[in-house]
Amino acid sequence: MSASTALIVGVALTTAAMKAAGPIAAGGRRLPTAALSVVAMLAPALLAALVVTSAFADGTDLAVGADTAGVAAGGAAAMWGRSVIVCVIVAAVVCAVLRAV
Amino acid sequence: MTETTTGALAPTPRQRFRAGLRAGIPFGLAAGVLSISFALVALDAGLSPLATIIMSVVVFAGSAQFASVAIFGGGGSLAAAIVAAALAHSRFLPMGASIGPSLPGGPLRRALQGQTVVDSSWALAARPDGSFDRWLLFGSTLPQYVMWQVGTIAGALAGDVIGDPDRLGLDAVFPTFFLVLLIGELRNGRARSVAFAGAAIALVLVPITPIGVPVLVASLAALAGLSRRAREDFERRAAEVAA
Repeated sequence: MSASTALIVGVALTTAAMKAAGPIAAGGRRLPTAALSVVAMLAPALLAALVVTSAFADGTDLAVGADTAGVAAGGAAAMWGRSVIVCVIVAAVVCAVLRAV
Repeated sequence: MTETTTGALAPTPRQRFRAGLRAGIPFGLAAGVLSISFALVALDAGLSPLATIIMSVVVFAGSAQFASVAIFGGGGSLAAAIVAAALAHSRFLPMGASIGPSLPGGPLRRALQGQTVVDSSWALAARPDGSFDRWLLFGSTLPQYVMWQVGTIAGALAGDVIGDPDRLGLDAVFPTFFLVLLIGELRNGRARSVAFAGAAIALVLVPITPIGVPVLVASLAALAGLSRRAREDFERRAAEVAA
C-alpha cells in the first residue's frame, strides 16, 4: 500500500468512525431539557471558533493578513443578506486583490 | 417520533428533502470553490490527481482533509497526519451526539445516517426545540457532496493552470463559509455571548494546542445553556414553535 493510499484509508475510517460515534451513543431517546438547551448553543460556539481559527490563524500561529480582510468583506456581504456563494466570492476577490497590490 | 407528532399540516419527508436541497445548493457552490483549493493543496502535498479525487469521494470532510494533507505534505508521519485529521474533525463528536436522538433505527442505521452530517447541513437542520430535521439534513448535504467532488476534480485536473490557491484568495473561502453559517445562528443575545466566548477560547488555545483542539474545547462555551435562565428561554422558544 502506497503512503497516499494508507493516508486516504486511515483518514476515511477515522472520520467515518467519529461521525458514527455520536448517533450510536445518543440514539433512540429524547435528551433532557438541560442537554437540549446546551445543544441549541453548540452551533454558535463551534462556528465562531471555526471562523476565528481559520481567519486569524496560520497553523498554530496567530496571523492577520489579506485573507482576514477578505473574510471581513464576505461577512459584510452576509450581513447585507447575500447568498453564501456571493459572500465567498467577495471574500476571495478582496483577498486576491489585496495580495496583488 | 417527531415525524408523526408534528401535525397534519407538517411537510412530508419529500418536501423537507427538497427544502434541504434548495437550502444546500448555495452552500454546495461554495463547497465547490473550497474543494478546488483542497485539490491544489493536496497536489502540492504530493498526492496524485487520482488520489486527491478518491480522498474527496471517500472522506468528504473538508477540515480533516486539509489538516491531514498539510501534515503529510510537510513530511509528517502517517500517524501524525491521521491524528491531525481526527482532531480537526473532533467537533463531529458533540455534533453527532446532538443529532443522534433525531435519527431513527438501530445503531448501524443511525451510524450510516450520521455520515451525512456536515457543518452547514447540521446547522440548517437544527430546530428551535433542539431536535433535527433529518430529511432536511439529507437534502442539504447532497448538493454539497456533489459539488465537493466537482470542485476536487476541477482542481486536480487544472492544478497546473490555476497554480497557487492563495494568489486567488481561496484561503479566505473556508472561514467565510463558516462565518455565513455563524451569522445565521446569532438570533439572540445568549447565542451572541456564547459565540463570543467560543471565539475567545479558541483564539487563546491556537498557539498552545494542535489544530482542531481549539474548536473542540470552544464547544464547552455551549454549557452556558445549562443556566436556569437559558433553560427557561429554551423551553419558551420550543413551546412557541410547537404551538
